[in-house]
Amino acid sequence: MIRTLSKSLRENKKTAILTVLCSTLEVVFEIVIPLTMSGLIDNGIEPGDRQAVLRYGAVLLAFALLQLTAGVLSARWGAFASVGFGANLRQDMYDNVQTFAFSNIDKFSPASIVTRLTTDVTNVQNAFQMLTRMAIRGPVMLVFAMAVSFGISAGISTIFLAILPVLGVLLFLIVRKVQPIFRRVFHTYDELNGVVEENIRGIRVVKSFVQEDGEIRKFGKISERIYREFSKGERTITLNSPLMQFCMYTCMILISWFGAKAIVASGNNAALGLTTGELTALMTYAMQILMSLMMLSMVFSMLTIAASSAGRIAEVLEEKADIQNPPQPVKAVQNGEIEFRHVDFSYAKTAEKKALDDICLHIRSGETVGIVGGTGSSKSTLVQLIPRLYDVTGGALLVGGVDVRQYDLETLRSAVSVVLQKNELFSGTIRENLRWGNESATDEELREACKMACADEFIEAMPDGYDTYIEQGGANVSGGQKQRLCIARALLKKPKVLILDDSTSAVDTATDARIRKALADYIPETTKLIIAQRISSVEHADRILVMDGGRILASGTHEALLETCPVYREIYRSQQKGGEQNA
Amino acid sequence: MPEQTKEKTRAAARPKADMQTLRRLLRYMGHYKKTLLLVVVCIFISAAASAASSMFLQTLIDDYIGPLLLTDAPVFTGLLQILAVMAAVYLAGTLATWCYNRLMVTVAQGTLKQIRDEMFEKMQKLPVRYFDSHTFGDTMSLYTNDTDTLRQMIAQAFPQLFTSVFTIVAVFFCMLYISVPLTLVVCVVMSGILWIVKKLVGKSGRYFVLQQKTLADLNGYVEEMVNGQKVVQVFCHEPQSKAGLRQCNADWKACTSKAHAYANTMMPMMNALGYIQYVLLAVVGAYMAILGAPNLGLAGRGALTLGMIASFLTLSRNFTNPISQISNQFNAVVTALAGAKRIFAFLDEAPEADDGYVTLVNAREENGVLTECAARTGVWAWKHPHADGTLTYTKLEGRVVLDHVDFGYSPEKEILHDITLYAEPGQKIAFVGATGAGKTTITNLINRFYDIEDGKIRYDGINVNKIKKADLRRSLGMVLQDVNLFTGTVMDNIRYGKPDATDEECIAAAKLANADTFIRMLPQGYNTVLKGDGSGLSQGQRQLLSIARAAVSDPPVMILDEATSSIDTRTEALVQDGMDKLMRGRTVFVIAHRLSTVQNSDVILVLDHGRIIERGSHEQLIAQKGQYYKLYTGAFELE
Repeated sequence: MIRTLSKSLRENKKTAILTVLCSTLEVVFEIVIPLTMSGLIDNGIEPGDRQAVLRYGAVLLAFALLQLTAGVLSARWGAFASVGFGANLRQDMYDNVQTFAFSNIDKFSPASIVTRLTTDVTNVQNAFQMLTRMAIRGPVMLVFAMAVSFGISAGISTIFLAILPVLGVLLFLIVRKVQPIFRRVFHTYDELNGVVEENIRGIRVVKSFVQEDGEIRKFGKISERIYREFSKGERTITLNSPLMQFCMYTCMILISWFGAKAIVASGNNAALGLTTGELTALMTYAMQILMSLMMLSMVFSMLTIAASSAGRIAEVLEEKADIQNPPQPVKAVQNGEIEFRHVDFSYAKTAEKKALDDICLHIRSGETVGIVGGTGSSKSTLVQLIPRLYDVTGGALLVGGVDVRQYDLETLRSAVSVVLQKNELFSGTIRENLRWGNESATDEELREACKMACADEFIEAMPDGYDTYIEQGGANVSGGQKQRLCIARALLKKPKVLILDDSTSAVDTATDARIRKALADYIPETTKLIIAQRISSVEHADRILVMDGGRILASGTHEALLETCPVYREIYRSQQKGGEQNA
Repeated sequence: MPEQTKEKTRAAARPKADMQTLRRLLRYMGHYKKTLLLVVVCIFISAAASAASSMFLQTLIDDYIGPLLLTDAPVFTGLLQILAVMAAVYLAGTLATWCYNRLMVTVAQGTLKQIRDEMFEKMQKLPVRYFDSHTFGDTMSLYTNDTDTLRQMIAQAFPQLFTSVFTIVAVFFCMLYISVPLTLVVCVVMSGILWIVKKLVGKSGRYFVLQQKTLADLNGYVEEMVNGQKVVQVFCHEPQSKAGLRQCNADWKACTSKAHAYANTMMPMMNALGYIQYVLLAVVGAYMAILGAPNLGLAGRGALTLGMIASFLTLSRNFTNPISQISNQFNAVVTALAGAKRIFAFLDEAPEADDGYVTLVNAREENGVLTECAARTGVWAWKHPHADGTLTYTKLEGRVVLDHVDFGYSPEKEILHDITLYAEPGQKIAFVGATGAGKTTITNLINRFYDIEDGKIRYDGINVNKIKKADLRRSLGMVLQDVNLFTGTVMDNIRYGKPDATDEECIAAAKLANADTFIRMLPQGYNTVLKGDGSGLSQGQRQLLSIARAAVSDPPVMILDEATSSIDTRTEALVQDGMDKLMRGRTVFVIAHRLSTVQNSDVILVLDHGRIIERGSHEQLIAQKGQYYKLYTGAFELE
C-alpha cells in the first residue's frame, strides 16, 4: 500500500526530504536553545556578567533566527510537498479511472470513486504533512534527551527505561482499541450521508407522503448512533493525555526521591554524583522525553485514521483495467460489418445466469437492424459488446472482419458510435458538448449533424444558439432535446457503426421518424443498430431482432415477425391498443 | 472608490459577524452549562497541578535537599512526606485532566448531534423551492465538510483555548508581581507578535477561502466526469478529461499550498519571537539589575534581584507558549466559523409556511350528517373551524377546482396564465402539451409545493390555502417519473405512505402494480434491502414499486406524472389493468407522453406556454381538429 502511494510522490520527493531535514534541524535548535538559555542564566545573570549576557544573547538570537529559517522552510516545503502529493495522488487515481472498463466502474460505483478522489485524498495529504513535519521530531527528541540524561546519571535514567515500555504498551492498547471503533464510526457516517442524500433527492416524495416526521426519526436514530460510537471512540482516546501525565508525574516523583538521595549522598559534588543543577536538567529532559512520546502517539493515531483512506486510494491505484489495448493493435476499421460467433457474456463470474447465451449473428455493413425485447432481455448488453465496453466471456465478436480485442480501443470506439441509454451532457456550451464527437468539427459539420438529429430547430430557437450553456447533467434542456443532442454528438464521429440504445424514447413519434429517415438518407453506408421500445421506431429496419432472456428469439422483417413471432405480435398489439396513435 | 469603501466596510463587518456566529455556537454549548462548569473546574485543577509541578523543583532544592546537605545524619521522612503530598496533587491533576477531556467529548459530540438533528429537521420543513434553487452538493456539504470542521473546533480548540487563557492570565499576574517594567517589555513584544499573527491569519485566511472554492470546483468536476465516465469512454474523451482535472488540480494546488504554508509558518514564527523576547528581557533585566535601576512590582518597590530575573525569564516562556498554541488553532477556528456560518444560514432559512387550519379527520356518516370519530372508518372529512366558533364537516371526495390561476417560479416570469379547470370526484383529467408548457407546474400547485400568485384552488370546495399542508398532501397521491426510493426493505418502501399498513396490504398493492413477480425474484423477496436509492433496480421496476407505494396510501386524488414512461409497452399493458383498478373511484390527474395512456380520460387539457388552449374528451378534441388532432395524427411535434 505504502509503495503504491509513494509512487505518486514524484517531484515532491525532494521537497519532502528537505522538509524532513529542516524539521530535524528545527528540533536540534529546539534542544540547543534551552541549553543556551540556562547558560545565559548561570553564566550571565547569576554572576551579573553584562558581557556574558550580551554574548549569550547574541548566540541565542542567532540560534533563534536559524531555527526560524529552518522552521519557515519546513513549514513551506511541508505544505508544498503534501499538497503536491495530494494533487498527484488525485491525478494518478483519476488517470487510472480513465483506463477503467465499464466493469471496473461498476465494481467501485461512481459515488465511491468520487469520495476516494476527494475526502480520502485530503485525509492522506494531511497525514503526510504531519508525518514529514512531526514524525521526525518525536524520535529525535527522545533519543537526544535519553542520551543526555543517561550522561548525567545512568542510575536515575533507568527510571525512564522502566516507565517507557509500560507507557508504550498502554498507548498501543489504546490505539488498537480505538481503531475498530473509528472504522465503525466512518461506516455509520456513510449511512448518515446516505439518508441525507436520499432525502434531498426525494424531498418531493417525502413531502407528498407527509413522511417528514418519520424521516426525522430515522435520521435521529443514526445520528444517535454516531453520537454514541464517536463518543466511545473519543473517550478512549482521551485516556491518552492523563496517561501521559500520570507517567510524567510518576517519573518526576521518582527522580525527586532518588535524585535527592543521590545528591545528599554525594554532598552535591559533581565529581561524586549528582548536583542540584543536574537534577533540574534531568527534570527538563524527563518532560521532553514524555512530550516526544505524546507527539508520537498523536501521529500514530492520526495515521491509523488516515490508513483506511490510504487503503481505499491504493485500491483504485492498483485496480487493473479489465479491458486493455492489445500489444499490436489494428489501427483501422475496414467497414461496419458485425459478426457474433457463439458469444456468451455474464457480468460476474459467479452469476448463475448468463446475460447473453450463445449469440450468433451476422450484420452486413450498412444494414439497419432493430432490436426489441422486454426489460431485462439484455438488449443493451448485446450492443455494448460491439465497441468493447465489456469483453465477451465466450465466443468471439468481429467488427469489419477483425476480432474487437485486436483493435486499438480508440480506433474501435471512434468507428463504433454508441448513444447510451443513460445519456450525459456535460456543463459547457452546446458547441463544446457536440465537439466531444469530433474535436475539430467545423460549424458547418455541427449544423449538419444537428440537422440529421433534428436538433438544429430547437438549438437555433435558443437565444444563444450553439453557444447556449448546458448546466451540469443537462438540467436545462428537456429529455427529448437532450437525446437529440446526444445523437448529434455521436454522428459527429462519422462512425462506421451507429448504435442507438433507446435514444429516442423522449422524442415524439413524428420527430423520431424524421431522424430515422435522415439517417437512412445521409449515412446509408453506416451500419445502424436501433434498440427501441416503440415498434414504430424499428418497423422499417432491414431486420428486427426480438430478444428474450439473453437470447435472440427471432429475427426478420416487421411483416415476417408479425406472422411468425408471437412475442413480437404481442408487443406490437400492446402498442396498438386503443388506436393507431403510435404510427 | 465606492468599491473600496465597500471592501472596507465588509472587512470591518466580518469580525462582527464572526463574533455573532461564535456566540451562537456557544449558545448551543450552553445546554451543557453544568458540564462546562465542571470542565472549567477540572481545567483549573489540572493547570494548578502543572503549575505546582513547575514550582516544586525550586522548593525541593531550597527547602529539602539544601537543609539535608547540611545535616550529618540526613532524615528523609520530611522529603517523603512532601513527595506524598505532591503525589496526591499530581493524582488530582491527572484525574482532572482525564475528567475534562472526557466531559468535552460529551459536550462536543452532543452539540454536533444537536446541530445535525436540527439541520435535518429544518431540511424537512423547507419548501420545495429551496431544493430547486440549491444544488445537491451544496446542501450535502453542510452535513459533511461543515460539521466536520466544527467537531475539530469544539473538541480540540475550545479546551486548548480555556487552558491557554488560564495560563496566560495567571502568568501575567505573576510577571506583574515580579516587575512591571519587564512586563511592559513583554507587552511590547507581544503586540508585535499579535500584529504578525494578524497578518499571517489574514494572508492564509484569504488562501483558505480560495482553497475551499477551488476544492468545491474540483469536487464538482470530479463528480460530473466520474458519473459520466461511460460517455467519456464511448467518445474516447479520456485525454481531455484528464487535462480538465489537471487544470482543476493546478488551481487548487496553487492556493492550497500557500494557505498551508502560511498557516504552518505560524508556529516557528512564534517560537522565534519568543526567543527574541527572552533575549531582550535578559539584556534589559541584566542592565537594570547591574545598573541598580529601580523596579516596581506588585510585590513592592525595590531593586531587581538576579533571582527575580531568572524567575521572570521562565515566566515569559510560559507566557508565549500558550499564545503560540492559540494562534496555531486559529486557522481551525477560522475554517470552523466559516462552516458554522453556512450551517446557521441554513438553519435560518424560512420554513415552508403553513397557516392552514382545516384538518382531515375520520368521520361517520349517519343520515347525511357527518360526525367526527377516533376510529378508522374509511370515511374522511374536512374539519373546518370558522371565525364565529362554529365547526363544519365536509366529506372528503376529491373535487378539485382551479379558478383563474396565475403562477411563476420567479416574479419576473409567469409560467401559468389564467388556468381554470374542474375535476369532479372520480374523473380522470389528462394534461397534454410540450415540455415547458406547465403540466408539472399545475400539479406542483395542487399539492402546494409552490403557492399560486393569483386565483384560487379549491379542494372539495375549500380553498387549499386554508387546509393544513400535511392533511392536503395526505389526501393526494403522487407517482412521479423519477422514482425516489429509500434505504430499507422493499416492504418498507411500499409501506412508505402508510406506516401502519399490514404486509398483506402491501403485497396486494404490489400485485396490483404487477410488481409482485419481480419482487419475489429478488434475493430476499419483500425483505430485500434497497440501498443507494434502489440502484439495483431498473427504471421500470422502480416505477412499478412507486405505483404500489401510491396504491397502499390510498388517497382520493392521484397525480400520475409520466408514471409509466420507463415501463415497456408490454409490461405497461399488464400494469394497465392494475392502474385502472387503482384509478377507479378516484380523481386522477395524468401527465403522459404516450397518448394511449391519456386517451380514455374524461377531460383532456392541451397546454401551450402556460395556457389551456383546448379542452374536452378524446372524441370531442378529435372532432375539433385542433392541436390535439394534429398531435394525434403525428402532424405536430410534441416537445
